[in-house]
Amino acid sequence: MEHTAELIDWSRAQFALTALYHWLFVPLTLGLTFIIAIMETIYVKTGDLWWKKTTQFWMTVLAINFAIGLATGIIMEFEFGTNWSNYSWIVGDIFGAPLAIEGLMAFFMESTFFAVMFFGWEKVSKKMHLISTWLVAIGSNLSALWILVANGWMQHPVGMTFNPDTARNEMHDFAAVFFNPNAVSKFLHTISSGYVLASVFVIGISAWYLIKRREIMFAKRSIIVAASFGLITSLFMLSSGDKSAFEVAQNQPMKLAAMEGLYEGEERAGIIAIGLLDKEKELGDKKEPFIFSLEIPNALSFLGYHSLNAFVPGIHDLVYGNEKHHIMSVSEKMKEGKLAVSALSDYKTYKKEGKDTKAKDALQNFRAHEKYMGYGYLKSPKDAVPNVALTFYSFHTMVGLGTWFLILFILVLYFAMINEIEKKRWLLYAALWSIPLAYVAQECGWIVAEVGRQPWAIQDLLPVGMAASNIASSSVMLTFWLFAVLFTGLLIAEVKIMLTQIKNGPEVH
Amino acid sequence: MHHLNNIYRLYYDGFKSMKIGKKLWLLIAIKLFILFAIVKWIFFPNVLKTKFDTDAQRSTYILEQLTQQKE
Repeated sequence: MEHTAELIDWSRAQFALTALYHWLFVPLTLGLTFIIAIMETIYVKTGDLWWKKTTQFWMTVLAINFAIGLATGIIMEFEFGTNWSNYSWIVGDIFGAPLAIEGLMAFFMESTFFAVMFFGWEKVSKKMHLISTWLVAIGSNLSALWILVANGWMQHPVGMTFNPDTARNEMHDFAAVFFNPNAVSKFLHTISSGYVLASVFVIGISAWYLIKRREIMFAKRSIIVAASFGLITSLFMLSSGDKSAFEVAQNQPMKLAAMEGLYEGEERAGIIAIGLLDKEKELGDKKEPFIFSLEIPNALSFLGYHSLNAFVPGIHDLVYGNEKHHIMSVSEKMKEGKLAVSALSDYKTYKKEGKDTKAKDALQNFRAHEKYMGYGYLKSPKDAVPNVALTFYSFHTMVGLGTWFLILFILVLYFAMINEIEKKRWLLYAALWSIPLAYVAQECGWIVAEVGRQPWAIQDLLPVGMAASNIASSSVMLTFWLFAVLFTGLLIAEVKIMLTQIKNGPEVH
Repeated sequence: MHHLNNIYRLYYDGFKSMKIGKKLWLLIAIKLFILFAIVKWIFFPNVLKTKFDTDAQRSTYILEQLTQQKE
């Protein structure tokens, strides 16, 4: 079924809006739970009540973030059933198991131990309380695992078979889905970025206290824990980012090309450190893609293929093919896709007519071409190209900010260790203003992941146009604005409650 | 029984002694009400469940969607 571009755009916009708002709340929970667990561990080890107060303050901040963010993700589930019903049906069996486990895990681990963590200070032993705090941290991160396994599958579908009788993908290898390299690298990179955001958050708020010359001891202690945690996890984030890029190069080369604005493939390809894309550049013309750029030689070949001399295909190679490097053109894939769609149609007809032998042949034909089934729905080879500018700038903003956070952690930790952090007012302001930047980096990461994989809802198998429900675009538009208002209200509430709490300080939490 | 009482006291005393938590619970309750009682109910029906009664009908519909572009 051909849906209107307007309907697809509104459905995508609504999903993007809810996902981006939801992700304003999640990463802080992922990281802050671990920072709190570390602080409480120090309290239990030393018996120093200052650490208990410090832990309790950050726990209150966590509670605010958790309460406001709670159930914001459920809206995406609503959208699956209404705006993306074709997609939901087709992937149902793949998503069902991970999301059911996520639901159970989130409910039992987070809800149970969350209560002990908040209410149990005087009710359970120190050791039991500490275990609960660690279990909240582990539980919240494991919840993210299942969602990211599902997302990783959409980016690199493995471990399933499309059933032509039910029109559903059926899981035949849970291990392949769970250990999908795309899911593993995505999970590690996502949670480590959450740790970095939480570290920047704790350092930024603590810097504000130091700027105001309040809560000095509390702020310095918080800074040392958060900067140490942030530094270690930043290094981990770098290595998981490298793994992610490697996976993208193997399974989503178009995304990698868009991330780097690479139109013509090359050996020994470099990474653009800083660049300004030429808006006039179009696929197939001879214009240079950049108005200006600074390049790190060989770095893209190394990042994508772990070889300094490797050939990295550009957008042109991927759309029009490259014989020398055995890259199939999108036109050829579209032919394959149409054969798959046609064979599926024949199979359906023959089954209905009871012609089993012909149905068997049609199924065999379908299996021979189904790898490129999604291409059968594209109108033009250029439809396989995502929004290059948005992907490129989001990727470079994310990487640039990630580098800045690493430098920030080193500087803050150094000056905190030599007890001069209070004197470095410029650094305190830089730390404070890095809080919004950490959120920008998070959102950019998801834009790279999701915009960069367009037009696919499921890589190579189902384009977003086929994934959407056939409903009125006006109703999607209406709920888009409804969510925009609701989420903005929640965000304002969070910021307001949190700022009040921070202004009150750790003594009166 | 003793354990059940302890668990009850943990939640009862915890909720009772909450300060900012009361405001947060109120916010959660309002949010959940809006999401489930209004948004989900009015604006987000499950399209396939509403349109069709059985999985077989849903499969047929999706297969039609997937194969309508046959050349």
